Amino acid sequence: MSNRLSGNEAVAYALKQINPDVMGAFPITPSTEIPEYFAQYVADGEVNTEYVTVESEHSSMSVCIAAQAAGARAVCATSSAGLALMYELLYVAASCRLPIILACVNRALTGPININNDHSDSMGARDSGWIQIYAENNQEAYDNFLMAMPIGETPSVRLPVMTCMDGFITSHAVENIELLETDVVRRFIGEYNPEHYLLKKENPLAVGPYDVSSYYMEHKVLEAEAMKAAKARILEVAAEFEKISGRRYGLFEEYRMEDAELALVLIGSTAGTAKAAVDKLREEGVKAGLVKIRVFRPFPGEELARALAGTKAVAVMDKSEGFSANGGPLFAETRSALYDLKNRPYMINIVYGLGGRDVNTEDIEKVFGRLANIAATGEIGPVYTHMGQRSKEENA
Amino acid sequence: MATNDMVEIRWHGRGGQGAKSACLLLADVAGLAGKFVQGFPEYGPERMGAPITAYNRISEKRCTIHSNIYYPDYVIVVDESLLDSVDVTGGLKEGGAIIINTTLSPQEMRPRLRGWAGKICTIDARRISEEILGKNLPNTPMLAAVVKVSGVLDAERFLVDIEESFKHKFADKPEVIEGNMLTLRKSMAEVLVG
Repeated sequence: MSNRLSGNEAVAYALKQINPDVMGAFPITPSTEIPEYFAQYVADGEVNTEYVTVESEHSSMSVCIAAQAAGARAVCATSSAGLALMYELLYVAASCRLPIILACVNRALTGPININNDHSDSMGARDSGWIQIYAENNQEAYDNFLMAMPIGETPSVRLPVMTCMDGFITSHAVENIELLETDVVRRFIGEYNPEHYLLKKENPLAVGPYDVSSYYMEHKVLEAEAMKAAKARILEVAAEFEKISGRRYGLFEEYRMEDAELALVLIGSTAGTAKAAVDKLREEGVKAGLVKIRVFRPFPGEELARALAGTKAVAVMDKSEGFSANGGPLFAETRSALYDLKNRPYMINIVYGLGGRDVNTEDIEKVFGRLANIAATGEIGPVYTHMGQRSKEENA
Repeated sequence: MATNDMVEIRWHGRGGQGAKSACLLLADVAGLAGKFVQGFPEYGPERMGAPITAYNRISEKRCTIHSNIYYPDYVIVVDESLLDSVDVTGGLKEGGAIIINTTLSPQEMRPRLRGWAGKICTIDARRISEEILGKNLPNTPMLAAVVKVSGVLDAERFLVDIEESFKHKFADKPEVIEGNMLTLRKSMAEVLVG
């Protein structure tokens, strides 16, 4: 059915259709509307979720961990500093192999304090053992959330899933959306029947005990293997989802990449803006293309290398700084993934859009202009730069 | 980078005046009419009275662009005092129009618009809303004005669709629907085009 919803409304609606057992609820801009709308569904009796209001995000994630360990389906939503306050618990959730689902509405991580979008919050949690799936728009935010449980809960994976969307740009923008019928969603999600859980009387289980050095590493390797196994499961679930929705998803989306010589790699809502720029450049005869990363964890390195193998110059665009002094996190992954290619394209990194800095089609066209120049001359220039910086004189 | 079959609208208001709500409502109603829509606010520090901006894209094909709007077809000024502090006509297309909530006529407003030579529309949104709704709620009159001036939606269809939308929005206070509908009709009739 067709509707018009913001990204936050879409995720809240997905939650209503899923009817999870437990929600750990604590508000933070711009994710606040998710627990807010969901609270209305709870109050109206449209779901029978145990809605647990807590005093911090550390506690909302703790609620999710306890509930999921007890054999329930648990969900929560957060942004920015809220995700940072969950940091320790993110690792606990992943290492306990609890497939909790978290809606991360991406917002700059302080400081200076800022409520607007970039990816510094979830990128900071990229090594916590959570699967991370990013959305371009409200439709993808809804679809990704529906796919999260079947991915995370499968026995070969058993990992928590973070579905990410851009704060305000996606979370607060009303756009057209196609919603699935609730009975179709419930059949797709299915029942959650974990093999082991805390309160199973036939086989009671301890969750989260101390792990000694002689076993710890084996457990971490199992976790790493689960993350590798998630890649195949994500594609399986996408194929099942296509059957009920008609919408196709992969680990990333290739846009006009068939014969592309100049390509962007980026994540999130800017992909839509970049598609418009690619279309314009294609009309002008420029062989431009775009790869939009949907799944950042597990990182689709081999697949990405194949997708970019025929290009001459690639700009990887990071919406978080990273402070590595060597480029942003998406750049590090992408450049590493391409190392084994026989003919590697030239690669640059552009950090953009921090703290809600707007990016329009003209900004993207300028990036392609730089790539065209690099492809023509072989001169890369500075590898790692920041988009649209004021000059020193303007800053003064 | 608007295509010919896309209308782009920029709203200027102050926090608390309902510019964002009107923007999202326009997106919803245009969607009901079968259009592809975007309605989104631009947030800074959130506080009552601070200048806020909101945007609409209404098109025949889905628009994937997710940037702010720099070259709008229409600009709506919900609070006249913003004319002194915000460059409201910045980027406004030559063939477009600015719609201002004011007691003054379009001719009287022109000197305040920094050389804007295009179409100016005015409406006394405060008076209309106070007369009918008993409160200064300027966003509903401004919404009616932009639909009338832009022609982006068929006016009669718009009134039918928005009544449906109000029935959902005001499910727990249906008594306000009639007043809002009356406000919309009166505003469409009263907007001055200069």
